[in-house]
Amino acid sequence: MNSRDRVLTAVLVLFVLSPAFAQVTYKRLLNSAKEPQNWMMYSGDYSGKRFSGLDQINKSNVRAMVAKWVYQTGATGKLETSPLEVDGILYATAQDDRAFALDARTGRPIWMYQRQVPSDIRPCCGRVNRGLAILGGKVFLGTLDAHVIALDAKTGAVIWDVTAADYRTGHSFTVAPLVVKNLVIIGVSGGEYGVRGFIDAYDADTGARKWRFYTVPGPGEPGHDTWEGDSWKVGGAPAWNTGTYDPATNQIFWPTGNPAPSNRGAGRAGDNLYSNSLLALNADTGKLNWYFQFTKHDEHDWDATQVPIMIDKDGKHLIAQANRNGFFYVIDRATGKLISATAYGKQTWSDSKDADGRPVANKNASPTLNGHTVCPGALGTTNFMAPSYDPQTGLVYVTARDQCDIFSTAPQPYEAGHAYYGSAYFPSEDAKPYLGFLKAIDPATGEIKEKFQHTSPTWSGVLSTAGGLVFSGDAEGNFIAFDAASLKPLWHFQMGGAVYAPPMAFAIDGKEYVAIAAGSAIYAFGLP
Amino acid sequence: MEWRSGLIAFVFAIATLLAAAAQNPLAGNAKAAKAGEYEFRINCALCHGLGAHGGGRGPDLTRAKKKYAHNDAEMFQIISNGIPGTAMPANGTNGQGVGMTDEEIWQIITYIRSQEVKAPANSIGNPAHGKELFYGDANCSLCHMINGKGGRFGPELSEVGASRTRAAIVDSVRNPSHHLAWGLAEPTKEFPQEYESVTAVTADGKEIKGVTLNEDSFSVQIMDTNEQIHLLEKDKLKSFHTSRESAMPKYTTDTLSDKDLDDIVAYLVSMGAK
Repeated sequence: MNSRDRVLTAVLVLFVLSPAFAQVTYKRLLNSAKEPQNWMMYSGDYSGKRFSGLDQINKSNVRAMVAKWVYQTGATGKLETSPLEVDGILYATAQDDRAFALDARTGRPIWMYQRQVPSDIRPCCGRVNRGLAILGGKVFLGTLDAHVIALDAKTGAVIWDVTAADYRTGHSFTVAPLVVKNLVIIGVSGGEYGVRGFIDAYDADTGARKWRFYTVPGPGEPGHDTWEGDSWKVGGAPAWNTGTYDPATNQIFWPTGNPAPSNRGAGRAGDNLYSNSLLALNADTGKLNWYFQFTKHDEHDWDATQVPIMIDKDGKHLIAQANRNGFFYVIDRATGKLISATAYGKQTWSDSKDADGRPVANKNASPTLNGHTVCPGALGTTNFMAPSYDPQTGLVYVTARDQCDIFSTAPQPYEAGHAYYGSAYFPSEDAKPYLGFLKAIDPATGEIKEKFQHTSPTWSGVLSTAGGLVFSGDAEGNFIAFDAASLKPLWHFQMGGAVYAPPMAFAIDGKEYVAIAAGSAIYAFGLP
Repeated sequence: MEWRSGLIAFVFAIATLLAAAAQNPLAGNAKAAKAGEYEFRINCALCHGLGAHGGGRGPDLTRAKKKYAHNDAEMFQIISNGIPGTAMPANGTNGQGVGMTDEEIWQIITYIRSQEVKAPANSIGNPAHGKELFYGDANCSLCHMINGKGGRFGPELSEVGASRTRAAIVDSVRNPSHHLAWGLAEPTKEFPQEYESVTAVTADGKEIKGVTLNEDSFSVQIMDTNEQIHLLEKDKLKSFHTSRESAMPKYTTDTLSDKDLDDIVAYLVSMGAK
């Protein structure tokens, strides 16, 4: 190759490849707000806002929005993925540990990866995955057989693959990991199998585990005495949804799930720390700074795994969570002290608060042998549906449902790898149809400012954008753009499949796109 | 491995699998039945009710004679794969609970067998008289169809005797609004029709009264009382109102005696068993 060819090649490589496969540095992740054209982590930024700074698609033109492309994953079941988009490439996942990279302008695949998942995996609630994390030239995937793997972002080739836990005892990963500095942070699933929950951090270069925080304290550790006898060994408290990160204090805020067995409190007397809690962990060491437990000694499967959102307002540093138990909590980020807890949906389990202002269970809340009705139901007022905070309206947007269930209980021995519920829930004979909503909550007061009632409850997450819009999907397959102030639908598109995933936004060549998974496919929308 | 020995090994493996599934290795095992009860509550009670006596949606499994499963092996296949065209999902896909292992499925079958009542509880009622009433004085067939005969306005009832408990059918007649499209959980949401009552007024002032066949936030399909189907966009309507009062008249004991209702239920059960 002569020198002119070499220069040409270099120019071509720069032109073709560098915009496409630029390295994602930690600095870029920290400053994600400066590049709203990219969506580089699960919630879009470290604060968990799921807010896009893009405003090209806005209230005045959204009615003209059209489908730009559809990518069929070939997977079946619930598609819960939140795609990433970096420099023109969209990265997403699908059931059975599929991962893929697409040309984000066209939806055409660049590479596809599918793990050979063992036939005897025990994921609780579908063979789902909620997305990837990215750093450097790698994307990171937590697998259904409880491995953490790094894939080459250019090719999908496996760079490292480490075992976090034994899948045969009910451990699995469904969560999108969170990258902080050079660490891949991930929380385990398996609350329905009596795992002892944990949050892990892996070196992004090598896959070496740097720390593990057990969400159920062992003997001698603070909180261990909140478990009866040996119940801590199978205490659950999984960590299956993505947390957030506060660079100012170097703290990770990670939410945890139900104690096991989920519907039977007998045999695990005590508060059952740190189940159903928000944990503030030192990002470098995994050491616990503070915790706040939303539901003590839970008997209704009310995982507190909803994305916690960091809100800075009027000099206050807050963290807010719309919890599965039906209350919207606002907490001081520095201390973990509760500021407010307000019901945002139908609930019958609590009619009083403790000295900290925390709603406490009334004596009729516990499940019984023959079952009785409690609201919200086991699926909760919300669940894994990603919420959104729009700094322009100052409102938190949450997918919510009003639903009650009969909760029944029965003694059940623990058996490794077998479902460990302590019985179950089911709709009451008198159950009214479940109601589904998109609700706009003022975090300052807990007041519901606006709501939109869906035809039936949806599992879709929510995105807000600087265009004055909120996006969400429904169980009937519609993707809907709402006016962020009024929650009036301005536009919709029938995607032909129910939505279980949150939307995200990105831009390429100056053109904004909004993308969401529905049915078995990923859809991207934009202006004509 | 050469092609032919591979094929033989494959055939042998399939034969072994079939043989393994042909009988319940836990049949009659009381401990397995107890374990099966837990699994049943987690995975099945949502539709089939606590104690397998049937819920609003799933059949009473304490009946010794099952419509689809004639032996344990068939029951295993049904729990594993579901029943196409019905609300019965395949193992692990009902959205509630977890997928079951083969062992857990056998435990559930053992439990169901332990709960069966040998004498059919549904022998009351005269199905022949029930049929006369259904197509005659009780006016059921004006709206309901069985095996191709009857109206389309209400739910098709050929299978209802197999898929609903006796108590649920009686309640649907005595108190039709009670079970109307109640609490549909996502996995079973694909019921074709929900039967909410609806009144829509079109832009030109035409009133359409009927039941919803299918609805989302932006469109609705309505069957009117003349069995005409209307496909409407909600934003083009002058008004749109749904009600959870069923379009079905409430049959009190004055209009339909308990004995006559027993006969109609007996007819529905006899048709469902076919």
